[in-house]
Amino acid sequence: MNPILAEIPYWGQSLLRVLGGLVAVLLPAGTIVYVFLFKMMSFMQSRLGPMEAGPYGSMQLFAEVGKWLQKEDIVPERADVRIFKMAPVIVLLSTFLLVVVVPFGPDAWFTDFETGVFYALAVSSVSVLGILIAGWASANKYSLLGGLRAAGQLIAYELPMVLAVMGVVIQAGTMNLQKIVVAQNSGSMFGFDAVGHPYVISQFVGFVIFMIAIQAELTQAPFDMPIAESELVSGYMTEYSGFRFLIFFIGEFATAGVFAMIASVLFLGGWGVPFAWFGWTSIDDIDNWMNIAGPIIMLTKMMLLVFIIMWIRFSYPRLREDQLQRFAWKGLIPVALGNIMVTSILKVVF
Amino acid sequence: MIAQNIGFWIIAATMVVAALRVVTTNNVVHAALWLVVVLSGAAGQYILLAAEFVAVTQVLVYIGAVMVLFLFGTMLTRARIGSDSDLNNSYKKLGIPVATVMLAAMALALIRSFGDEKMPVSDNIVSTQQVSDQIFGPYLLPFWALSFVLLAAVIGAIVLARKD
Repeated sequence: MNPILAEIPYWGQSLLRVLGGLVAVLLPAGTIVYVFLFKMMSFMQSRLGPMEAGPYGSMQLFAEVGKWLQKEDIVPERADVRIFKMAPVIVLLSTFLLVVVVPFGPDAWFTDFETGVFYALAVSSVSVLGILIAGWASANKYSLLGGLRAAGQLIAYELPMVLAVMGVVIQAGTMNLQKIVVAQNSGSMFGFDAVGHPYVISQFVGFVIFMIAIQAELTQAPFDMPIAESELVSGYMTEYSGFRFLIFFIGEFATAGVFAMIASVLFLGGWGVPFAWFGWTSIDDIDNWMNIAGPIIMLTKMMLLVFIIMWIRFSYPRLREDQLQRFAWKGLIPVALGNIMVTSILKVVF
Repeated sequence: MIAQNIGFWIIAATMVVAALRVVTTNNVVHAALWLVVVLSGAAGQYILLAAEFVAVTQVLVYIGAVMVLFLFGTMLTRARIGSDSDLNNSYKKLGIPVATVMLAAMALALIRSFGDEKMPVSDNIVSTQQVSDQIFGPYLLPFWALSFVLLAAVIGAIVLARKD
């Protein structure tokens, strides 16, 4: 462990990690909403977006949060009150559980989980539970339909996501996200080590499948059947208002950020720079400044991936329910299985 | 008493309360959600035993898949808000004795075999790699057999579900 970090007592380290976790969830969420939802979408539609609050509308988000917080917290009369109130918290909880395994630097991690990838895939499936009971507890047919659509879609797209990650795990030989970062940055392609060995090159099929699957897991268009506003008002979120809607809203964009971080760790080399640039050979040689530079590199890669997600979201029309299911079960899953087979054969050959 | 022991007792108490609520609540969805609490408690206990692979599998399979499918199924067919008066609880008279006998049998077996014996703290925590080496090494044949059982169940489900 880092000598500076080792001097801090255990409770201090834990407190730092909790604060770091809050920053790692809320900062990307806010940035994504402002840069992509407010500004990029506006520019794509030939308008300016919010301009009044703060310079260039940059304080708009705080205004929005203030607005939501002072709204009345309405619960429908026939709703199951306790579960209705619990549901958004479960969704956000799953996001916080997810960020725990993401490494941000050689020492800047929350937990060094040996089965990190597996853990991330497991806790990301907990959010389905929250969405499902949100739809049910609202006592509203549109909400229930939205919840059921969401569950069907999230189960279907979880499989290609798990299978796409498998290729990376086979290549790196570990499920620890930190070791996957090191494996990519200390690796070389046929002796050429100037860019390390980011798996986006050798696992390109896996990368594409993973990005499609997280687009669907985040219920972003073209996979937004669960909240299709022209059919279901806004699906499982219809009855929510005030700060419970805010929790769903933060959850949606924070999860987009965290999934993009996991994608950047798995396929783009995460927080690292190719170790050959500075003559490092293992994780112990890395200079301390990487703990500061690492999170910044990570956020840059995350913004790049979220840009792709949002670009597709603002560009494509919605898929129909049967097209959506057929695409997952008959398209993505067979390709992902083939990818695993080819990867494991090549792993044995080389 | 070390922190792990305190954690164990808190989780265990929560699990017992939640398990009782599963069978006493009169709403199907509430029962399923209490079952989620029991299952995540079990995952927590696995973590305390340093068996993180088993814990994560517990979350992925039981909470992420089985319970979600269960809730999905009940919500599609019958899941009223509020209490359900026509729930079938008539097997209570049979169920309570059976559960008590099972509890007594397991408690007796554990006390008879271990008593007051303290387990030595083992330093070599089994890593995921060792688990996979065991599964794909000496236990390959049972693993294959299990895979075929699962495959048969999957094909059976498809055959039953298809109308044509």
